[in-house]
Amino acid sequence: MEYVVITFLCLGILLYFLLGGADFGAGIIELFTSAKNRSRTRKTMYHAIGPVWEANHMWLIIAIVILFVGFPHIYTTMSVYLHIPLLIMLIGIIARGTAFVFRHYDAIKDDMHWLYNRIFRYSSFITPLFLGIIAGSVISGHIDTNANDFLSAYVFSWLNWFSVSVGLFTVSLCGFLAAIYLIGETDDGHDKRRFIKKAEYMNIAAVIFGAMVFIAAAIDKIPLIDWVFKNPVGLSAIVLASLSLILLWYLLLKGKTKVLRILAGFQVSMILLAISYAHFPNFIRLKNGDTISLFNTLGPEKTIYSLGLALLLGSVLILPFLGYLFYKFQKKEE
Amino acid sequence: MDDFLAARSQMALSLGFHIVFSCIGMVMPFFMAVSHYKWLRTDNELYKNLTKAWSKGVAIFFATGAVSGTMLSFELGLLWPKFMEHAGPIFGMPFSLEGTAFFIEAIALGFFLYGWNKLNKWFHWFTGMVVGVSGLASGILVVAANAWMNSPAGFDFVDGKYLNIDPIQAMFNKAWFSQALHMCLAAFTATGFAVAGVHALMILRNKNKAFHFKAFKIAAVFACIGALLQPLSGDISAKDVAKRQPAKLAAMEALYKTEKPAPLLIGGIVNEQEKTVTAAIKIPGALSFLAHGDFDAEVKGLDQIPENEHPPVAITHYAFQVMVGIGTLLMIISLIYFFNLARKGSILNKRWLLKLFVLAIPLGYIALEAGWTVTEVGRQPWIIYGIMRTADAVTPMPGIAYSFYIFSAIYLSLSGVVAFLLYRQIKMVPYVYDKTAEPDINHK
Ligand code: HDD
Ligand code: HEM
Ligand code: HEM
Repeated sequence: MEYVVITFLCLGILLYFLLGGADFGAGIIELFTSAKNRSRTRKTMYHAIGPVWEANHMWLIIAIVILFVGFPHIYTTMSVYLHIPLLIMLIGIIARGTAFVFRHYDAIKDDMHWLYNRIFRYSSFITPLFLGIIAGSVISGHIDTNANDFLSAYVFSWLNWFSVSVGLFTVSLCGFLAAIYLIGETDDGHDKRRFIKKAEYMNIAAVIFGAMVFIAAAIDKIPLIDWVFKNPVGLSAIVLASLSLILLWYLLLKGKTKVLRILAGFQVSMILLAISYAHFPNFIRLKNGDTISLFNTLGPEKTIYSLGLALLLGSVLILPFLGYLFYKFQKKEE
Repeated sequence: MDDFLAARSQMALSLGFHIVFSCIGMVMPFFMAVSHYKWLRTDNELYKNLTKAWSKGVAIFFATGAVSGTMLSFELGLLWPKFMEHAGPIFGMPFSLEGTAFFIEAIALGFFLYGWNKLNKWFHWFTGMVVGVSGLASGILVVAANAWMNSPAGFDFVDGKYLNIDPIQAMFNKAWFSQALHMCLAAFTATGFAVAGVHALMILRNKNKAFHFKAFKIAAVFACIGALLQPLSGDISAKDVAKRQPAKLAAMEALYKTEKPAPLLIGGIVNEQEKTVTAAIKIPGALSFLAHGDFDAEVKGLDQIPENEHPPVAITHYAFQVMVGIGTLLMIISLIYFFNLARKGSILNKRWLLKLFVLAIPLGYIALEAGWTVTEVGRQPWIIYGIMRTADAVTPMPGIAYSFYIFSAIYLSLSGVVAFLLYRQIKMVPYVYDKTAEPDINHK
């Protein structure tokens, strides 16, 4: 059963990254759209993510519940030492979700929209930034459970070059996913070209920040290069990701928008796989060299058994319904 | 403000905020389903517009509920890591099932809000019902988790270790049924009175009477049924508390000395230093009856409980008085309303009754918050009753006061914006939802 639980945990994190990431990305795209095109972007985006954002957001909750029920030690270690970035991410989630809904449902359109838009855009940027920072910190080995001053216990655990680079990398990936997603959501040739441009920029940004992650890892003495390149799975994942990128740009020129999404999703999944495979099942790396792994912190047997059962049962109920939701509200291809 | 106090305040604030939105998310789908059903049956446009108008409001509340709930699932760890480290695997079962319920709810909401003219109309109606049913289910589940904190079960506590963990047994602990029942009724009562009251206000102002009258009626019937059942369920809860948490019961009634028979106190001023209550109305034997079903039974007072295990008496007592007082008032309003319906009287020319409903707009929610204060403050100093102290569970991270200030500001401004949006929705009713001329409905 522990494998079922771990699979769902990984799935939850991956899907939140892809689907939630694309939602955040849409806000990032809006942030980097010139003022005269913003209202068009907003409209496309609303149709694209309005019906699904709340469901996408649930993957985060699923992952967090699995963590605190099944792996309480991991959950509490993160909660204590990454308190500050978690808090900022949460504020971002609150601000973004509410601003998105408020601006649509406000019965009267006036100056309030100026405020909703600002909040929406900036929080769409900040949330994935901190999500990435948290992810980076977990494997960066800066978490120091023996620290006895405030800064090294609660601040340097996440405020370091590596974590911040991962954060920026995450932001660019989210923007990329969203741009690719939005291309398929509009019929207007002008808008399509705009989103393609955005996808290009985001792609370039991702390459730059990706390189920054490696440089930061070298500075911080994190064996990232070993994880990714000295390991057959990591290496092939990176090769596949690069190949699919070429295919992706080829298809983009041909205007095949639906396959693009799958490819973009595939690419990001491969990147995640490459980074995480080598040190799986280790979850948190601590400063003193210890690691907290998924297996050595597993909750009691009966708990894992019922958690696994609940997840399986839940997915039987959820997945068909969710698939239908995405199917029903996606834009029909003519 | 010290860190422990800040953590408690932040938890209380977040929960007190979330509960309002989650209750609306639990109950409004049922109101909409009724109105939606009436539209599908009668083809009366007003019902369709009412459903749409309500659904706009629900989307706003739902999003706020969802983000504040997300906040909570992190906050449990951010503020109480030592608690979650041990409790997570034990009381996690309802949370993992709740995850499923939320997911279904969020999906169904997507269908419902965006499905107008896109889905088969009965399937569309059905998705609305699914939102309500899964909301109710998640409410019941999360209360079962809270009930476990009041009545720990499903593990053996040996030498400070938690052994033989059984999450199913933990979920069906002794308190879950009485708490979940009372909570669900409270959600219907509080939301029902708030919604009915707002529409009553619009009727009083002679605005779009036909529209608001239909809305009023649906909400009022739910609210009044809830309010009539609430005291009965509260009685079940009280008997339950007497059995499993005598300290909480004693604090609710500010009963410092064990008495046989024990009187029921109404009102009164508690002096925690001198352990006395003054200026209370005493009903002899009534507490014995309420707690144990026997006018002569002995009721344990705080004198039989070690001093370092006393909950804050004054807060618990006042909160309990507020809840029961409001409960009684709402019950009386409900009786009048049903009496009036039975006599086929029209509420439209009974302005005083409509005014009573307007008065009741905030009351249900005040009682709801008061009730949770009784439950949570009355459990102190324990976070897991009899097992772990709240003070031992708090995070080692300093400076929690700042995060408390930040969240107070966020919640305050969110409440402000939500109220503002709602006001605007109502203001738009004549332009968007009810363009018909006022039909004469006074004889109905
Ligand atoms: C609309 C709201 C509302 C109203 C009118 C009432 N209650 Fe209540 N009460 C709640 C809302 C609530 C609550 C917020 O939902 C609580 C908190 C935890 C729970 O299970 O329900 C609660 C808790 C609660 C408890 C503590 C349960 C526990 O700790 O396990 C008792 C003994 C009562 N109530 C009793 C009553 C009585 C005798 C009422 C008589 C009129 C009453 N309540 C009206
Ligand atoms: C939504 C309704 C609820 C309200 C208004 C509420 C209110 C409060 C209040 C006032 C406190 C502070 C008590 C004190 O420190 O004196 C508190 C503490 C707490 N509550 Fe609740 N509560 C609610 C439901 C829940 C639920 C459903 C759970 C968990 C499943 C929960 C878990 C906690 C925890 C972990 C604490 C902190 C520890 C403690 O002070 O005992 N609460 N809550
Ligand atoms: C008595 C207390 C509570 C009740 C009755 C309750 C009920 C609900 C309901 C009905 C919803 C559905 C969303 C909505 O309608 O707005 C909701 C949302 C949520 N609640 Fe609570 N809740 C309570 C306390 C808690 C606690 C203690 C937690 C976390 C530990 C929590 C976590 C969540 C989450 C994560 C969501 C978002 C789900 C979504 O996106 O749909 N809730 N709650």
